[in-house]
Amino acid sequence: MTDLSHIRNFAIIAHIDHGKSTLADRMIQLCGGLTEREMKEQVLDSMELERERGITIKAQTVRLRYEARDGKVYTLNMIDTPGHVDFSYEVSRSMKACEGSILLVDASQGVEAQTLANVYLALEHDHEIIPVLNKIDLPAAEPLRIMEQIEEVIGLDTSDALMISAKTGKGVAEVLEAIVKRLPPPAGDAEAPLKALIVDSWYDSYLGVVTLIRVMDGRIKAGTKIRMLGTRAVHDVTEVGIFGPARKKVAELGPGELGYVISGVKDIADAKVGDTVTDERRPCDAPLSGFKPSIPVVFCGLFAADTAEYEDLRDSLGKLALNDSSFVFEPEVSPALGFGFRCGFLGMLHLEIVQERLEREFDLDLITTAPSVVYNIHLRNGAVEQLHNPSDMPDPTRIEFIEEPWIKATILVPDEFLGAVLKLCEEKRGIQQELTYAGSRAMVVYELPLNEVVFDFYDRLKSVTRGYASFDYHLIGYREGDLVKVSILVNNEPVDALSLIVHRNLAEPRGRALCAKLKELIPRQLFKIAIQAAIGGKVIARETVSALRKDVTAKCYGGDATRKRKLLEKQKAGKKRMRQFGNVEIPQSAFLAALKMDAN
Amino acid sequence: MAEPPPGRGPEGRGEGQSGLGLYVHWPFCLSKCPYCDFNSHVRETIEQARWRAALLRELEHWAAACESGAGPRRLASIFFGGGTPSLMDPGTVAALIDRARALWPHGPDLEITLEANPTSVEAGRFAALAEAGVNRVSLGVQSLDETALRFLGRRHSAAEALAAVALARRSFPRFSFDLIYARPGQSAEAWRDELGRALDEGPEHLSLYQLTIEENTPFHGAWRRGELQPLDEEAAADLFDETQQRLEAVGLPAYEISNHARPGAECRHNQLYWRYDDYLGVGPGAHGRLTLDGRKLATRQHRAPEAWLAAVEAEGHATRTRQPLDPVQRLDELLVMGLRTREGIARAAFRREAGAEPEALFSGRTLEQLQEAGYLALDAAGLRATAEGRRRLDAVLRHLAAGQRPAAEAAKAPA
Repeated sequence: MTDLSHIRNFAIIAHIDHGKSTLADRMIQLCGGLTEREMKEQVLDSMELERERGITIKAQTVRLRYEARDGKVYTLNMIDTPGHVDFSYEVSRSMKACEGSILLVDASQGVEAQTLANVYLALEHDHEIIPVLNKIDLPAAEPLRIMEQIEEVIGLDTSDALMISAKTGKGVAEVLEAIVKRLPPPAGDAEAPLKALIVDSWYDSYLGVVTLIRVMDGRIKAGTKIRMLGTRAVHDVTEVGIFGPARKKVAELGPGELGYVISGVKDIADAKVGDTVTDERRPCDAPLSGFKPSIPVVFCGLFAADTAEYEDLRDSLGKLALNDSSFVFEPEVSPALGFGFRCGFLGMLHLEIVQERLEREFDLDLITTAPSVVYNIHLRNGAVEQLHNPSDMPDPTRIEFIEEPWIKATILVPDEFLGAVLKLCEEKRGIQQELTYAGSRAMVVYELPLNEVVFDFYDRLKSVTRGYASFDYHLIGYREGDLVKVSILVNNEPVDALSLIVHRNLAEPRGRALCAKLKELIPRQLFKIAIQAAIGGKVIARETVSALRKDVTAKCYGGDATRKRKLLEKQKAGKKRMRQFGNVEIPQSAFLAALKMDAN
Repeated sequence: MAEPPPGRGPEGRGEGQSGLGLYVHWPFCLSKCPYCDFNSHVRETIEQARWRAALLRELEHWAAACESGAGPRRLASIFFGGGTPSLMDPGTVAALIDRARALWPHGPDLEITLEANPTSVEAGRFAALAEAGVNRVSLGVQSLDETALRFLGRRHSAAEALAAVALARRSFPRFSFDLIYARPGQSAEAWRDELGRALDEGPEHLSLYQLTIEENTPFHGAWRRGELQPLDEEAAADLFDETQQRLEAVGLPAYEISNHARPGAECRHNQLYWRYDDYLGVGPGAHGRLTLDGRKLATRQHRAPEAWLAAVEAEGHATRTRQPLDPVQRLDELLVMGLRTREGIARAAFRREAGAEPEALFSGRTLEQLQEAGYLALDAAGLRATAEGRRRLDAVLRHLAAGQRPAAEAAKAPA
């Protein structure tokens, strides 16, 4: 247990590529947390995917032993937080676990939307914030302009901002010194009943569930019988310790300290991020405020491209869920795609990450259906259904009204692209809330329906701003919308995997685009194929794939009978991968291609 | 001989067959053509006497195999294919024809065809080949355009080809020649002109093939590398339609996808394949179909020339495959071959090969869908592909294959 006055807990807030992991690495090095030999680039991003994409998905912590210039030894707990909005709930929990933050900004790029969102979260948690400008050694660095921008956009005093280069190590020692001098020590009472916050938890195949906690009051050690106040689970602690960054067992953890707890928890759902841990024998009187389990907002179907891989997919999803309590899945059957799973995610990045991990770590070839959001369907009989899958939409005559999730989106963009961004937001049914300028950059805040954002908003935003915009959002609640289900029919039979829910005004262009895309993708057949988009019984768009004109072998004599017969036999055996629509069979691959284009 | 009415020939064939065919494969060429995937080989020297003896021996072997079946068969046709059979010693051709005539009963209308290249060298053998008994030649002219002939890897010029055609007309009672069209970059105008010059020769029979890129050919490699761009489906279909109409108008209607003849001048040997009658295969890689005691055998001889020769000299034959076909396989082959022709497949053939009427062989609305689309016609005579159906025949066959009833079910179903 460390004296409270010698502890500093802090988070680093930064946009992707602004150098957060490099700064963390340098600080670990300076504090002797790892030898030169042990030092790998970006120590904290332990997943292969995190290192490759340069993003942090899971919160991580490291305890540093820092000998300050005043001659005293301090314990610094650094929490590396996910930078992306999809994981803002985890970010918020991380903020709650510390008293201050370092705001790390690229001295040439300036403040981005994600940084902004996280700074606001830090301010909400009463953090002391140290502005740090990174990459000042680069020729493009404009520290004065960026400092001005920070003052204008965030309203933060930058007169004592630090200038560093995490890459070369220049100025990093001053950052450590500022942490000790400028950030407050934690408060807490070692003698009070145990009260600790779950910052993160994950499944380790050797240790079982490992829970990362921040102790607020009291102490925790091996033998403590703990209770999670939210889930009410009770377990015996078998080990406590810290990450330095290597895992190290300690005797106990006291107030202000961050560390891990290993107990008998088998299921990650028993150790939810944000929950309060207390001593079963001497419980605290109230839980820490603000605990709510994270709720998936984006859903899609995941199918194995090879139906024989269904079992592998199920096992892999199970393994992923062990480590990610916000990821949910349940079996789904699609006539077009076969057996698969309906999966829920915190957002589009979360979806992408899960998809990529399945493909990379589990070597699966996946089909992802178009993502959709969760709708509240208010039925005439007064009941409310949550709709995760457009193909489960109840008959319109039974529906009183539908609600869809809305978000508040903040977009920072160089002003030359502002016009294009405003046009895009309007097209996506956005409602403008704010428009401010800071230097040559504009900040726009829009309320937008989430279903428009999951459709193709990211790609469109990227393309109209040539990648210069940054974007962030948070959910603001559900609103009634004039929404309809558009079904895609091939030869009058619905293709369930392609149905979508859209605003009535957008149904026709969306349906027409999908029909046109399918026309390109479906190979010509013996018979002409009708492709239609329909709302209920009303057709809103149609395309026809005309019959192929010529498909015949020029020469066929005595020796060819065998060869042609074998071709037919092979084709009969391959029939399984085709789906029958009236008199034509369409290869599954055509539908997959349509979905793939949607997802990207 | 009069043109048989659509459906079936007039000779009371009924449940039986129209006669036996004999195919002799000569596997050698002077050079390989870049589009050809046939079993052909280039050799410095060929031991003609050994080959003659071996071909005769394998012929005897098949004759003995036929004997073990029911009753004597009538020989309807002999066909020398290759390779380049016009490079055979005419004496070998004569010996094979004589032996076959001695082994099987046959009529005066026995058709004896030989494939020939229209070079001056080969034309020089026409008299000897006619003397040997060949009464029909099929000339591989392929094109009347010099650039195209070079592209196709042919060793003759257009003028040489026309001279060979003229000589063939004088040397043999019947002749035909082949052209390859829908070549890369070939305009409709150029083909119209080329076809016009071919028709000026007044042939009774023409084989007009659209260029196909076959696997394991130099053309396939060039296509994969993007160096050869075949005509697209639309352009090829337009050329096909125009060709069909024009040949119909000049009295040479298509009696098969790529084969045109004055009525009565059809190649009987090829008709025998398309009618799915029996034929014997002699020579390297030759295929055969032989019905013995109600069982239909698919046969194939060893492909490699030297291995074939050694096997025949050692065992009397070089059969590598001798596989009885089940009713489903027989139905598949019957459809694949029979729907290529204008006359189509007679009901008797369905009964003979698949044991049921066509209606019982397909499930659901398979046949109805194809009839409604105008691709197939089904009546008292049998099942035919229409012109529209023939142009898409591979797709029609896939649809039929997908709609086939399981064999047991088809056998039980009332006809």
